[in-house]
Amino acid sequence: MSSKGKLAIYWAASCGGCEISILALNEKILDVANAFDIVFCPCIMDTKVRDVERWPDQYVDVCLFNGGIRTSEQEYMAQLLRAKSKVLVAFGSCATEGCIPGLANLTKRQEIFETVYCETPSTDNRARVLPLPEVQCDGNHLSLPVFYDMVRTLGQTVKVDYALPGCPPEAPRIWDAVVAILEGKLPAPGSVLGATTTCCDECPRTRTEKTIKEFKRLWQVAPDPNTCLLEQGLVCCGPATRAGCGARCPQVNSPCIGCYGPNAGVEDFGARMIAALASVIDSQDPEEIDRIVREGVPDPVGTFYRFSLAGGLLRRAALVPDAERHELPLPSPIPQP
Amino acid sequence: MTTQRISIDPITRLEGHGKIDIFLTPKGDVADAYLQVPELRGFERFCVGRLAEDMPNLTARICGVCPEAHHIASAKALDALFHVDPPPTAKKLREMFYCIFFATDHTTHFYALGAPDFILGPDAPPEQRNILGVIQKVGMDIAGRVLKMRRDGHNLIEMIGGRKVHPNWALPGGVSRGINEEQRKEIEALGRDAIEFAQFSLNLFREQVLGNRAYLQLITSEAYTHRTYNMGTVDGNNCVNFYDGLIRVVGPDGREHAKYPARDYREYVAEHVEPWTYLKFPFLKKIGWKGFVDGEDSGLYKATPLSRLNAADGMATSLAQKEYERMYDALGGKPIHHTLATHWARLIELLYAAERWVELATDAEITGTEYRALPTATPDEGIGCVEAPRGTLTHHYWSDERGVITRVNLIVGTTNNYAPINLSIKDAARALIRRGTAVSEGLLNRIEMAFRAYDPCLGCATHYLPGQMPLTVVLRAPDGRVLKTIGR
Repeated sequence: MSSKGKLAIYWAASCGGCEISILALNEKILDVANAFDIVFCPCIMDTKVRDVERWPDQYVDVCLFNGGIRTSEQEYMAQLLRAKSKVLVAFGSCATEGCIPGLANLTKRQEIFETVYCETPSTDNRARVLPLPEVQCDGNHLSLPVFYDMVRTLGQTVKVDYALPGCPPEAPRIWDAVVAILEGKLPAPGSVLGATTTCCDECPRTRTEKTIKEFKRLWQVAPDPNTCLLEQGLVCCGPATRAGCGARCPQVNSPCIGCYGPNAGVEDFGARMIAALASVIDSQDPEEIDRIVREGVPDPVGTFYRFSLAGGLLRRAALVPDAERHELPLPSPIPQP
Repeated sequence: MTTQRISIDPITRLEGHGKIDIFLTPKGDVADAYLQVPELRGFERFCVGRLAEDMPNLTARICGVCPEAHHIASAKALDALFHVDPPPTAKKLREMFYCIFFATDHTTHFYALGAPDFILGPDAPPEQRNILGVIQKVGMDIAGRVLKMRRDGHNLIEMIGGRKVHPNWALPGGVSRGINEEQRKEIEALGRDAIEFAQFSLNLFREQVLGNRAYLQLITSEAYTHRTYNMGTVDGNNCVNFYDGLIRVVGPDGREHAKYPARDYREYVAEHVEPWTYLKFPFLKKIGWKGFVDGEDSGLYKATPLSRLNAADGMATSLAQKEYERMYDALGGKPIHHTLATHWARLIELLYAAERWVELATDAEITGTEYRALPTATPDEGIGCVEAPRGTLTHHYWSDERGVITRVNLIVGTTNNYAPINLSIKDAARALIRRGTAVSEGLLNRIEMAFRAYDPCLGCATHYLPGQMPLTVVLRAPDGRVLKTIGR
């Protein structure tokens, strides 16, 4: 038997981008394969769930788990792999903070079903058929995983040892984590495997102390390519976002959208962003500041919690009384052509 | 009543995993087969309330394998929503970026997924039947070329769009940044390499696959043949285009059924719901939903590389056009209904993507500084369409006057093919599993081949190294007792 470590890689509710980012390690993938026996990775090998079930607990040395938890099947796999792994890493934004699919926590299962299966304009479903966990179809019994009412992060489902942020984590940061594991240089359990600086610290744009009277929407302006986007009045999430990507988006003249999650020490991404916005506003008047933010940021939850809603302090909107959910208008009926 | 069920659990991706259940009659013939998609995320709902300009980034997260397709379709929907026409440089940059993505994606699919079945054969031992086995058979030189093609593609996507996965670049009215001459030169040089790579891949296909009588028979066999409608985007000359044009649908006989601007999609396409899966089934509205059957009276259509070629009159670039003619000559004229010929069509598209990439990289306007037009009109509603590698992709948004999204509809690439994939699986299973058949691993692989050809985003994950879907087949007695388990 090999004395190499055992590595498992799994996905839950995710887009596949984490796997593509692992592939972007290019030839270093072979180094990973030399250092580890990959014992479970449904995308590249044959090991089945039932094989995993048979392993003793803590059989796996390191499990990289990407994707959030939305269905009963994903929850089961999170529990199974937790039990079988010595070290469980929440890999990527979905597993660590919910990511974009976590924005589904602004709505409810029933609303999602009604929109997708009944109200979308190309759907032809007068009988209002909805997917069911158990169904008889032409005498055949079929089952589907249960679709939960909200998205949870991996850490809200099972105990997680480390988090590797990013949507997706950039390949060099994945490699840094692999090296830390191989060299036994992992930090204390519970740590984030990443930088402790912000995206701004990696950004080549020049910052002055410029202040602004209004925030602009990206569709309204052509930003100057060299100066700080926030100082140009665009909501750039750099100040709250952990470094690690190399500030790639600002380098193609696009504001940071916060995909690397909150920086070390930032408890709530949105709160940190609001503080950052306040710092560039040219006003001392709380009412004026409030107006500038409200007018310039018509979707505060989607702007400040784009990636971190499910994992952050808010977690979901349904806990907010319906009367206060004005930012979520129900879709108006659109006449069919 | 059925006596046995075969579950094929490929644990692969569309929006999550996929599972095949095959039900047998008491005599052991195939009664029914279902490809279930056990996950939903609900972008159509939770994008309501978001900022319109955020949509290209939000919807990219529908798929991390083809985020470029969502990113660009979304930007086109925003062009329409904001009533803004991107300047020529912007359109050309988007299309060039898109062709680079297409070439990269098609390369991955062909070598990791398609090639093992043909280069090694469907009955080769499963532990060899993967990309590593392909490399072993045809040499390390090919591995180097494939890796280079993928690396070049992803590096250029990052250079132009900001990131290798989930670019942050396209906007209503254009793109956030153009390219300079130095970048253009690199894009052109790598594009020329890509053309060579595509030709090399087509030669390999001809030698290894077309030169083998058994493979040719497999491709043209009835188990892998479905006479459905075909959909694809065409330019003004009815040639294949990935970025823009009119949607054209041809019937099982090849005659034009419809040709329409993307914004009219609701007149032509509707979606059917079944209770046993989270994914919907698009069909041609004017023909109607007739269940999982092919033929002229059934509204099922395919939107694959082969469909695009079937729906077009030719390719817009010279080398790809020659290959296009060659394929139809070899397989008996248009349209081709052999699912497995999709692999061939994919390589022809790879060549077209590379040629078009170089055409655009050498266009005088590509380094222009007018890569964005700022919207001035009030936003309201917009529809954007591109050809994703796995089918026609439609984004449709409504917004209020502030550009806050109020309603969303999406018809995603693979979804177009969901009903035909089900049909293909059922037909392959029916042709291969008959009473008394011993269900072997090789037989399972042949069923798997029926849907692998579609490169379903279910298979996104299987783009990786061994390119093998892990399958488990469980034969159960009526009481649920496991009679036999076959695994790889």
